[in-house]
Amino acid sequence: MRELSWPARVYLVTVIALGAGVIAHSVTTLGQAVAPGRLGTEELGTLLVLALLFLVCESMPTLLNVEQFAVSVSFSAALAAVVLLGPEGTALVGFTAVLSVRPGLPLVKRLFNGAQFAICGHAAGWVYVQLGGRIGVPEVHAFDDLIGPYVAATAVFVPLNILLTLTMIRLATGVRAVEVPMRGLAQFLLSYLGYGTFGLLVAGLWATVQSISAVLVLVPLFVARWAFGQYHAQQRSYDATIAALCQAVETKDYYTRGHCTRVSAASSMIAQEIGMGQERLRAIRYAGMLHDVGKLGVPTKVLQKEGPLTEEEFAAIQLHPMRGLEIVRGIDFLDEAYAGIMHHHERHDGRGYPMGLAGDEIPEFARIIAVADAFDSMTSDRSYRGARPVEVAVQELRKNAGTQFDPVMVSAFVKALEHQPWQPPRRVEPPPPDADEAAVKDHDDPTMPIEVVSGP
Amino acid sequence: MSRAFQGLDSGQLLLICAAGLVAVAGVAHTAATGLDHPEIAVGFGALIAVGELARLTMPGNREVAPIGAAAALGYTLLLDLSQDQLRHSALQVVAVIAVGMIAGALPHLAVGRPPRLDAMARRLLTGALLAFAFRPLADPLFRLTQGPDPTWWPALAVMVVLIAVTLLVDVLIAALLRAEQVRTAFRVAVRDELNMAFPLGAAVAASGVLLALATHSMDLVALLVFAAPLLVTQVAFRKYAGIRATYLQTVRALSRVTEVGGYVEPGHSRRVSRLAVAIGRELGMAEPELLELEYAALMHDIGQLSLRDPIPGGATVLADPEQARRIAELGAEVIKQTGVLDRVADVVRRQCDPISDDPPLSSRIIKVANAYDDLVGGSTDRDRAGAALERIRLAAGSAYDPAAIEALSRVIDRLAAVHRL
Repeated sequence: MRELSWPARVYLVTVIALGAGVIAHSVTTLGQAVAPGRLGTEELGTLLVLALLFLVCESMPTLLNVEQFAVSVSFSAALAAVVLLGPEGTALVGFTAVLSVRPGLPLVKRLFNGAQFAICGHAAGWVYVQLGGRIGVPEVHAFDDLIGPYVAATAVFVPLNILLTLTMIRLATGVRAVEVPMRGLAQFLLSYLGYGTFGLLVAGLWATVQSISAVLVLVPLFVARWAFGQYHAQQRSYDATIAALCQAVETKDYYTRGHCTRVSAASSMIAQEIGMGQERLRAIRYAGMLHDVGKLGVPTKVLQKEGPLTEEEFAAIQLHPMRGLEIVRGIDFLDEAYAGIMHHHERHDGRGYPMGLAGDEIPEFARIIAVADAFDSMTSDRSYRGARPVEVAVQELRKNAGTQFDPVMVSAFVKALEHQPWQPPRRVEPPPPDADEAAVKDHDDPTMPIEVVSGP
Repeated sequence: MSRAFQGLDSGQLLLICAAGLVAVAGVAHTAATGLDHPEIAVGFGALIAVGELARLTMPGNREVAPIGAAAALGYTLLLDLSQDQLRHSALQVVAVIAVGMIAGALPHLAVGRPPRLDAMARRLLTGALLAFAFRPLADPLFRLTQGPDPTWWPALAVMVVLIAVTLLVDVLIAALLRAEQVRTAFRVAVRDELNMAFPLGAAVAASGVLLALATHSMDLVALLVFAAPLLVTQVAFRKYAGIRATYLQTVRALSRVTEVGGYVEPGHSRRVSRLAVAIGRELGMAEPELLELEYAALMHDIGQLSLRDPIPGGATVLADPEQARRIAELGAEVIKQTGVLDRVADVVRRQCDPISDDPPLSSRIIKVANAYDDLVGGSTDRDRAGAALERIRLAAGSAYDPAAIEALSRVIDRLAAVHRL
């Protein structure tokens, strides 16, 4: 609260005051309704059940598709209240967000949440009534008449809720609304609309089995929430495992430690810059991580040999992308990831290996990994030279764009580097004398092409 | 698990035959008497087909079709459509499920994914079981929801109880089949199946009841809307199953880097992991432990990557104990780096410990499996296997766990029987 700017404070206080006004109004309206007996115990029971439901859902936000937002299923309960209880009841149900048991939520945030849900609920309820929606448990036959006003109420509730919250985020953190992920917005709205439908289901079934309808609707959602939680846990665990295993492959070569994770990071920077979708982004992260696993198949003595290589020895190096492919083929990635691993040493001019593909024949993933791979090699220490500064490495990439690298990928990477500074690896101390001998050549380094002597 | 057991065993054949008979009876009866309310049958049949089309494979190679199952449940439990009583018979329910499932399996077949007959048969039989139990009660239950004092509670209670019983029977059948298929104890299989079936079963059951109740106040269009909560569930489980499968594949694939690097014999890690899992099953380990055992067995030699020179032939059983211990330590370090596989790291670290140090069961199993594979390799020669077993038995009780050795010898006998065929 202390660090909030004054517009943010004004906004916060306004929303909370408005919410308090709505609540006061609702309580008096409902109170008047109770007095002459228009509001029976049944409605009060409904109010209690829905409030409880709202609270339970609000306390357990689900991480659905959009990672930046914790979407909670509480919408369904609030929107069911629109039908069953009308604007005043919905405002009260929404206000229970104050009591959310989500740990570590400061009082101000609770008040803000409660107030904004009360405002949204009341507005949605008002729209519902204006469009002729009947308040109360819907008759068994009257379900179809409900749909129109209900859709309108959802159409008010959801955007109003997003608007109120986003404004607060913007004022509090200074993040412009555009930067709050636009990409996920469609997906985001879709899931909200989905939740809206669930509210309609709860209301529609209330006449038949009362509160059990809410349980029936929410059980699949809670199971889904559980499964999403498991999925995210497995995903994190998977990422950690794959990184650890790739690093294990590198332990033998003292200087290339961490190469795979950095290539993975640089590859996904380029991929993001050229606008790849989520699925492909994930695939290229793994492809970048795994691009050199085949290197273990190259005998250590070839990697450690001083001076030029014979053709056979060079052939052994050229084989490593194929070896890598052989290892990862059993994993269900996108086919593009395989192609990226297999062709990451192809050159734009067709003089690369293993197939000698050129230009657009080279798979997109491979063109990206090639740039990331060479860049990390140049900006890391090697036994035969120190790390180059990022600027020098970028110049080198530019120089070789069109011959070794795809110019599109190089310029995408340069652009990405402008707004996302690169963290080069820490300086590597020369290995202790008892350590494994270090490789004296790096097949990834474009400034030090491997010399090959023709056969005897 | 093992490709050698791919064919269908007797239990599965029995199940498929039973399902086939029930399906034929259902279709024949319906063809003879005509469909009651064809539009509803078609609507639910279509939803079942969609569910079958969107089937997914859960960890442990279990095929499920949650949307299809919920639709089948819904159709079975249907009492009325907008207060118009429905009187379809149990056999009609069976016919609708069967036809819907076949329709949903056809596109899979068209793109070269043949159906898992045993899984389909189980789904059909579970649906049929519930239908035969519930449909006779539909009429009295419907009358309770009408009349001067309408109540839905008895109907709801009957639905919930019958679904619970059916799901339980389904779990028992699944456990029976699994126990036979992967040779694990029935008791362990029941626990595994229960753990696996519970969350999805709860979601499917709730959605099925929802579908049945929804048609009371709405018409058939609502079907689609009411499948929505389950759709979210299905998406979640598909993602979960996907990452679980990829995880296992990745560890299996990357365990081969030691072979590509020339540290161990080709196929060593896979063979050790298969043997270890078979021994673990033999000793009554449950699925979560077996998964950890498999990971540990696959990565038991990963520490060799840190060695300067490969051990000749990669056989750690022949290496001196000090070096074997160091490899185990280094491997455990690598696995610990993941930050999530601590128990697996512990199993790998203690794979060389003598029995007197009381290592975890998984470590003992890996030690036996590794020793056996180092001595025998990929060969299927019986004399060599016998000699290896004898050599391992010499150190029973000191270096190797006697129970693990006995389990190993049972597994080998079984494999030998398979090879002779």
